[in-house]
Amino acid sequence: MGDQGTDGRSGAPGVGRRTFLGYVLAASTLTVAAQFGESVAAPQRASAAVPESGLPEAGIPSLPEPSEIYDLNDMLTDAALPTANLISIQLGTDGTATLALPRAEVGQGITTSSAMIVAEELDIPLSQVRITLADARPELLFNQLTGGSNTTISTFTPIRVAAAIARGRLLNAAALALAEPIDTLTTALGVVTAASGAKMTYGQLATAAASVSTTAVSVTLKDAKDFTLVGTPQGRIDALDAVTGRKQFAMDLQVEGALPSMVCRPPTINGTVVSVQNQGAVLAMPGITDVAVISTGVAVRGATFGQCIDAVRALQVTWGPGTEDHSSDATVLAELAAAELPLVVPPLPLLTQAVDERFTFHFASNSALEPNCAVADVRSDRAEIWASLKSPIVAQEAIAADLGLPVSAVTVHVVQGGGSFGRKLFFDAAREAAEISKAMGKPVRLMWHRTDDFRQGRSHPMSTSRVRATYSLGEVISYEQRHTSVATDFSHGLGEIITALVAKLPVGDIGFSETIFELTQQTPYNFGVTTQLLSEVDKGFNTGSMRNIYSPNVRCAQELVVDKLAAAMNQDPYAFRRSFLKDQRAIAVLDTVARQGDWGRTMAPGTAQGIALHAEYHGFVAMLVEIDCTAATVDRKIPDAYTGPRVTKAVCAVDVGLAVNPLGLKAQMMGGIMDGIALTLSSSLHLTNGVFQEGSWDNYFYTRQWNVPNDLEIVVMPPTTGQPGGAGEFGVAASMAAVACAYARATGTFPTTFPINHDQPLGFTPLPTVPPIPQSPTDGLSRAY
Amino acid sequence: MPQHTFVLNGKQVTVDVEDDVRLLWVLRDILGVRGPKYGCGLGVCQACTSHLNGKAVNLCCIPVSDVASTDEVTTIEGLPATVGKDLHPMQEAWLEMDVPQCGYCQPGQIMAAVAKVLEARAAGHEIGDADFDEIRNICRCGTYVRIREAILSAADKF
Repeated sequence: MGDQGTDGRSGAPGVGRRTFLGYVLAASTLTVAAQFGESVAAPQRASAAVPESGLPEAGIPSLPEPSEIYDLNDMLTDAALPTANLISIQLGTDGTATLALPRAEVGQGITTSSAMIVAEELDIPLSQVRITLADARPELLFNQLTGGSNTTISTFTPIRVAAAIARGRLLNAAALALAEPIDTLTTALGVVTAASGAKMTYGQLATAAASVSTTAVSVTLKDAKDFTLVGTPQGRIDALDAVTGRKQFAMDLQVEGALPSMVCRPPTINGTVVSVQNQGAVLAMPGITDVAVISTGVAVRGATFGQCIDAVRALQVTWGPGTEDHSSDATVLAELAAAELPLVVPPLPLLTQAVDERFTFHFASNSALEPNCAVADVRSDRAEIWASLKSPIVAQEAIAADLGLPVSAVTVHVVQGGGSFGRKLFFDAAREAAEISKAMGKPVRLMWHRTDDFRQGRSHPMSTSRVRATYSLGEVISYEQRHTSVATDFSHGLGEIITALVAKLPVGDIGFSETIFELTQQTPYNFGVTTQLLSEVDKGFNTGSMRNIYSPNVRCAQELVVDKLAAAMNQDPYAFRRSFLKDQRAIAVLDTVARQGDWGRTMAPGTAQGIALHAEYHGFVAMLVEIDCTAATVDRKIPDAYTGPRVTKAVCAVDVGLAVNPLGLKAQMMGGIMDGIALTLSSSLHLTNGVFQEGSWDNYFYTRQWNVPNDLEIVVMPPTTGQPGGAGEFGVAASMAAVACAYARATGTFPTTFPINHDQPLGFTPLPTVPPIPQSPTDGLSRAY
Repeated sequence: MPQHTFVLNGKQVTVDVEDDVRLLWVLRDILGVRGPKYGCGLGVCQACTSHLNGKAVNLCCIPVSDVASTDEVTTIEGLPATVGKDLHPMQEAWLEMDVPQCGYCQPGQIMAAVAKVLEARAAGHEIGDADFDEIRNICRCGTYVRIREAILSAADKF
């Protein structure tokens, strides 16, 4: 492991390692905990930003005032609980260590990496660590949001502290039980061994090591050079469950009485129910138990989802207009153009030349393979929700407000998620399921149809990026970027409803988005006077962050301009980047992909390499791709598919400071590359009169097997900072940019609209909007293979 | 209500349900077999891929009335029928390559992979790029490369 800046060390040799404070909690078996973040000061800040006069009466749906459902005193009380802000580990008499992680696992691998951290510091086999997902814990305030690739950054040290305290307590208990001096004891693989050879397992010690009172304990952490598990490649702890079908997602849970439920949704975005003509007839359909009008459409409940689909299709509903009925791609583009912020750099000397480009990034879908779904059981005095939620506290508080219940009466269970990509930051299905369960007076298992998930689910907003860079005498003098976007909904806040409400305020929201933009966008190059600004328009769409938020679009634009600057200044794209990069870690990853990918090798006509870099989440990632844009490849025929240019090779080098699980990190990079390929080449939503045309995975062209590079190499750089950075979103931006740069070089055409196929004729026939969802085919037997 | 009988993961089952209800819902909602996943209900995403008499099918596209009492439906839960083993070699390869991320599509991917290998074998060729191009299963996490590696690794092990 790295020999500098590792956690738990001071800078000077000979000085003792840093001491951390944690707790032994009162419990029947050993239970330890550590402080989790610095949120205690947060309540005053958040509440001060909410005006007493209440929320504005704009057309945006507003949540109730916070004080109606959860006031400052509730918060302060919760924050003062002995367990507030603690992340805790419990030792069982069976020798297992259990951590209820206050985060959502949606495929990014945090349960595995967290288990590795516990196992490392506790000296326990990885197989004896259990990671569960904590229910919503309102007292955690800001500390139960899964986003920004932040989980390991924020939990690495607290988990280690808790585990180190547990190990210390186990050693103490063993010293007493074995009557041996503690400094003669060692720990390994969940066993304490004395110099005499006497042994006790952690399971045998779990009760004796417990405390009858909650006690503060100080502890030093294992030296990083002694790590034997952190930093080694480990398979996912849930892989066996995944490959055997035992892994349970929300729709796999057996909740008593929770029958399938679906919603008949309007034909345009955010349309409303005016009237239902045949509610009785639909109620009489086979299997159907309930039909209810709700705020987002008409809900049905039945014995099977298949019968719910039949019922949704049979409903005759008169719909009111939606919020974007007159909007199409072209009108939104015009809105964006009108809202673009001006460039500010003053006139430059005569010899200065400029690269000036404007890019368009179309609407994209963050729909996961698991559609929006949730189980809800709402009673008169309480409610229970099961869903994959990255902001479960906001969900809990919003649902409590909707139902008119105290927050404490709403239990929100966080379930393993079938992908997120930004979707699970929001809780649309959980909220809707609660509304339906209340309306019907019965538990429901609500699932969105795929077609609704694309058309009425949240989207990554359309945006434009205007870039002007000036250069003279071998130097880049200025770099200006004006990103203009349909508003991104950040009302999941920072995981807590008061910040969520701030994001709903028109003024506060602009500040919030700009803050996120400014906190995430970095220009890794020394380009002189650099300004990157965001402006937003149009809140009529249901939007949300998509994996890596603004970065894929912003950085794709920037890296294309970098290639243009390099060409204008007669430099090689790799050498040009290298000479302008600010950070040695950036240079190291760029050099690695250039070397491993044989940058500059002779390529056949119609094919080319592209190279790009991205800095975020305390890390650096570089991508080198090769693309084949020859007619033979572009015109490949696969039924109901978009083939197009094919990325044939991708080489990635990633430095996250400290890769807790290199195998998991590689998996996230691989996924990011597949996303980047799709964003540049194939996947977007087409908006026509308030309707997204895409309604299935054969319409929305996310990367499929026929688009996948056959040659993929991912290099995880050795530890640099000793502290883990972010991983889940990190691979997307550089991949998107590298593919775009390669496409430009292979075709000789500079792409300015993304994906590059967006303006081609639609590659599919759009599904009808009434009824809103298509019937399932019946020809399955004939397609067997 | 009509009765339907078929063999599910080696055991004969009988359900009372309307003829047109697709097998996916018969399994998931009535019989509680939830390995096969819903991803679209359109025969597109292939998340519900299972086997009918040893061939890969999309359960969302088969009305229950299409199956006869002797038809054998095998889901991921019934796959590891290899004698003396808990897992099918394809599942073992999946673990070896650490393929899953969120895992939602993986039962369907594995069922498709097994069928694709058997199809190539029956056609007398080794599984290759042309076969991969025919695997339509969506993986929104983008595990495709490891899927290929796992299939190639397991192809000669069953």
